[in-house]
Amino acid sequence: MVGKRPWKVAAGAAAIVLIAAGCGSGSDDSEASANSVTIGIAEPQHLIPANTTESNGSQVLGSLFYPLVKFNEQKQPVETAAESITSDDNKVWTVKLKPGFTFSNGEPVVADNYIDAWNHGAYGPNGNDASYFFERIQGYADLQSKDPDGEDGPQKAPEPKAKTMTGLKKVDDTTFTITLSAPFAGWKSVIGYTAFYPLPKAAFASPGVLKEDFEQAPIGNGPFKMRGKWEHDQQLVVDKVEGFKGQVPKVDSITWKIYQDPSAQYLDLVDNRIDVQTLIPIESLGKAAGDLGDRMQKSPNSNFAFVGFPTYQKEFSDPDVRRALSMAINRKEMTDQIFLGAQTPATSFVSPVVSGYRPDSCKEYCTYNPTKAKELYTKAKGPAEIKITYNVDGGHKPWVDAMCNQIKASLGVNCTGQGEPKFADLLTKVKAHEPVGLIRLGWIMDYPLMENYLGPLYSTTGSSNYYGYSNTAFDNLVKQGSEAATPEAAIQKWQQAEDILAKDMPVIPLRFGQNVYGFSDRVTGVTVDLFAKADIYKIEVKQN
Amino acid sequence: MFRYIVRRLLQMVLTFFGATFIVYALMFANQTDPIQALAGERPITDSQRQVLTERYHLDEPFIKQYWYYMKALLTGDFGTSLTNRKIADMLEQAWPVTLRLAILAIVIASTVAILAGVISGIRRGGAFDNVTLLVTLVMLALPIVVLAPLAQLVFGIQLGWFPPTAGGDASLYELLLPALVLGSLVVATELRVTRSSVAENLRADYVRTARAKGLTGKRVIGVHVLRNSLIPVITLIGVDIGNLMSGAIVTEGVFNIPGVGFNLFRGINTEDGPLVVGFVSVLVIVFLVVNLIVDLLYAALDPRIRYE
Repeated sequence: MVGKRPWKVAAGAAAIVLIAAGCGSGSDDSEASANSVTIGIAEPQHLIPANTTESNGSQVLGSLFYPLVKFNEQKQPVETAAESITSDDNKVWTVKLKPGFTFSNGEPVVADNYIDAWNHGAYGPNGNDASYFFERIQGYADLQSKDPDGEDGPQKAPEPKAKTMTGLKKVDDTTFTITLSAPFAGWKSVIGYTAFYPLPKAAFASPGVLKEDFEQAPIGNGPFKMRGKWEHDQQLVVDKVEGFKGQVPKVDSITWKIYQDPSAQYLDLVDNRIDVQTLIPIESLGKAAGDLGDRMQKSPNSNFAFVGFPTYQKEFSDPDVRRALSMAINRKEMTDQIFLGAQTPATSFVSPVVSGYRPDSCKEYCTYNPTKAKELYTKAKGPAEIKITYNVDGGHKPWVDAMCNQIKASLGVNCTGQGEPKFADLLTKVKAHEPVGLIRLGWIMDYPLMENYLGPLYSTTGSSNYYGYSNTAFDNLVKQGSEAATPEAAIQKWQQAEDILAKDMPVIPLRFGQNVYGFSDRVTGVTVDLFAKADIYKIEVKQN
Repeated sequence: MFRYIVRRLLQMVLTFFGATFIVYALMFANQTDPIQALAGERPITDSQRQVLTERYHLDEPFIKQYWYYMKALLTGDFGTSLTNRKIADMLEQAWPVTLRLAILAIVIASTVAILAGVISGIRRGGAFDNVTLLVTLVMLALPIVVLAPLAQLVFGIQLGWFPPTAGGDASLYELLLPALVLGSLVVATELRVTRSSVAENLRADYVRTARAKGLTGKRVIGVHVLRNSLIPVITLIGVDIGNLMSGAIVTEGVFNIPGVGFNLFRGINTEDGPLVVGFVSVLVIVFLVVNLIVDLLYAALDPRIRYE
C-alpha cells in the first residue's frame, strides 16, 4: 500500500524538490576582473550589422566592430577605420582603408570584406532590417525582387536579377569605390552606421550566404571580441583585443547585461550591480536625482516626437486648423510635468543634434498662444471633436491625455485619446484610411543629417510619412539639397525646405529626446552619444 | 491502476492537440501585422516584408499554417521565432529557471499555508485565526503588480536583504524573494482551504471515535484529521503549480528572470505564433502531468478512492 506513510513520502518529495531547486545553478557570478564594466541593455534582436537597427544590438556591435567614420562634437564624420573617404562629384566615392587592421580571428581587413558584407546586406531575399541603407548605391534595385501577385498571392517572388551591386568596386586590397545612383553630399555621414561594418571571410558559409550561427558569436574588426557565445536574455561578454590598431578603450572587458524591464535595470544600477544604464525609465526618474545625485546625467539624442495629420481626413485640410491646434499646446508644461525634464519642447521639424538645425524654425505656430489659437480655429471652422490615436504599449497615455486637456482648455473643443494595442495596429488603421484623428509618431535618426528627418518623414515617398503629406516644392528642395556640391550648400536647401513645413504644418512637433543616463560610483568618463549608445572608449574604472 | 494511467495518457494526447489548436487559432486571430510588431515603429521596406512573409508563411490561411507547425512539431522541431532563434533553444533556456522558481514558491507557500491553516483550523475564532484571516485578506487584495515591485524596493533596495534582480542562472538565494512574492499569490487560498477543511473534519464522526478511543491529540490531528483534510488542498496545489509557471509574467519581468512567463509575454507582444504555441504546448503537458499526479495522490491519501 502506498498510503501507509504518506507523510514520509511527502516530506521526502519536498526535500528532493528543495535540493533540486538549490543545486540547479552553480551561480558563478562573473569573476569580475577589476578593470571591467557592466552595461545594461535589452535583448538585441540580431547581431548581424546589416540586420541591426535597434540600439541594443548596435551597442553590442559597436564594441565588436570599428566603423569607417565616427562623429565629432560638431556631428561631422571623421575617418576611423578608413584612411580617407573622398569624392570629386559626390557620386563616386573612394574609400581607402587604414593598413594593419585585422578581425579578431586574425584575418586582415580588406576591401572585399566591406563589399561582401554590403552586398549581403542589400540582397533582398536576405531580408535584412537595415537593407534600405544601401538604397543609394548603384545597382541596389537589381538585388530586390517583386512578388508578381502581391504578398498575399500564392506565387513566390522570383530571384532578383543580381547578387552584387554594380556600384561597389574593389581597386586593390585596401581601396574600393562606391558609386551612388545620384550624387549625395552627405554620403560620408551615412556610412558611419552599423549596417556598413565589414564582415570577415569566416562569416560566410558560401559566397553571399552567412553562417547560420555567426550572430551567436560575431567576429568583428573592433576593439573587443566575444567571450564565448551570446547568452540569450542574459548577457554578452566581450574582451579587449590585444594590439588593436584603432582607438584603444580603457577597460579590459565589458559585460552587456540583458534586462527585460528598464525599471529592474534601474534598481540594479542603484544597487551597484551594473555600472551604466543608458536610459533611465520615466517611472524611476522621480527618485533618480536622490538615488544617484550627480551620477545621473543628460545628453541630447536624436529622438523626435510629434503628431501627424492624416491628409485623407478633410477636416484637417485647412492649414489654419493645424496651426491653431499646434498653438493650443503648451509644450513646456508637458515636458516639465510629465517627462520631468527628460525631454525638451520641440519648436522645429528636425532635431537639435543635426547641423542646420534652427531652434525656432516653426516660429509662432509652435508657440503656446491659446487666444490666437482659438481665434484662428474658430475662423477656420475646425472640427468640434478631436481624436489623438496612440499605441498603449509605449507609455504614451499620460502625455496624450495632457495634450487633450490642453486642447480642450485652449480651443473649447472635445478631445479624446484613442489607444491602440500596438503601433502596428495604429498603422493598419491609418493604411485603411480610418478616421484616426491625430497620429502619435516618433523618429530616431539613422545618420546626423537634416535630410534624415526631412526625407523619411515629410517627403512624398518618405518611408515614415504615414499621414500622406505631399508637396512638390518641398520634395524638390530636399532633393536639390542632397545633390548639392557641399554640405553647407545642402543645408541651405534643406532649411528652405523646412520653412515650407513651417507654413504647411503637416505635423505638430512636440518634443526632442534626451538620454537620461546613470552610472555606478566605480566608473568615470561615462557619456551617451546621439544614438543613445554609451561611449565604450571613454568609460574608465576608478583606480583606488 | 495501470489501465487508469494508460487511459489518462491517451486522453492527454487529445487534450494536447485541442489546446494547441485553440491557442494557435487565438494567436492567428490576434495577428494584425507581426512584421511591423517586431519592427516597432521603424518603417519596413517592401522587399523585407516580402521575404519575412514568405519565410514564416504569414500569407497562408490558418489551417495551412497550423499544418506546417504541427508537421514540424511531430518531428521534434519547434520551429523558429520571428527573431530567428530556435524555439527549442529558447524552451531549454527558459524552463529550468521557471521550474525552480515555481517549485520554490509552491514549497514555501504550501508549507506556510498548511501549518498556519491547521493551527487556525484547530483554534477557530482565536487570535491567531483572526490575524491570519486579516493577513490573507490583504494578500488576496494586493495585486502582484503592486506586491512585486514593492517587495523588490523594500527588501531588495531599502533593507538590502536580497539582491533586487535574479537573472537567468540565479542562485537559490537570488530566487528567494521572487519565490516569496510568487508564493504569496497562492498562499492565501491554500491557507483558507486548509483551515475550513480541518475545521470541518474536526467535527467528523471518526475524530470523535478516535478521541473516544483515547488517542493523543497529536495523533488525532496529525494523522486522522490532516490526512483527510489534505485532499482538497492537494488539488489546489496541483493547479497552482501550473498557474505559477504560466502566471509568473509580472514577477519574472520585475525580477528580470528570462523564464516562461517572460517568453510568453514577448511572444504575445510580437504576435509570434510559433513562440507562444511552443511554450503553451509544454505548459499544457505540465498541467496534464501534474493533474494526473494529483489524482493518483488522492488514492494514496484516501484508501476509499480506487482507480480502475
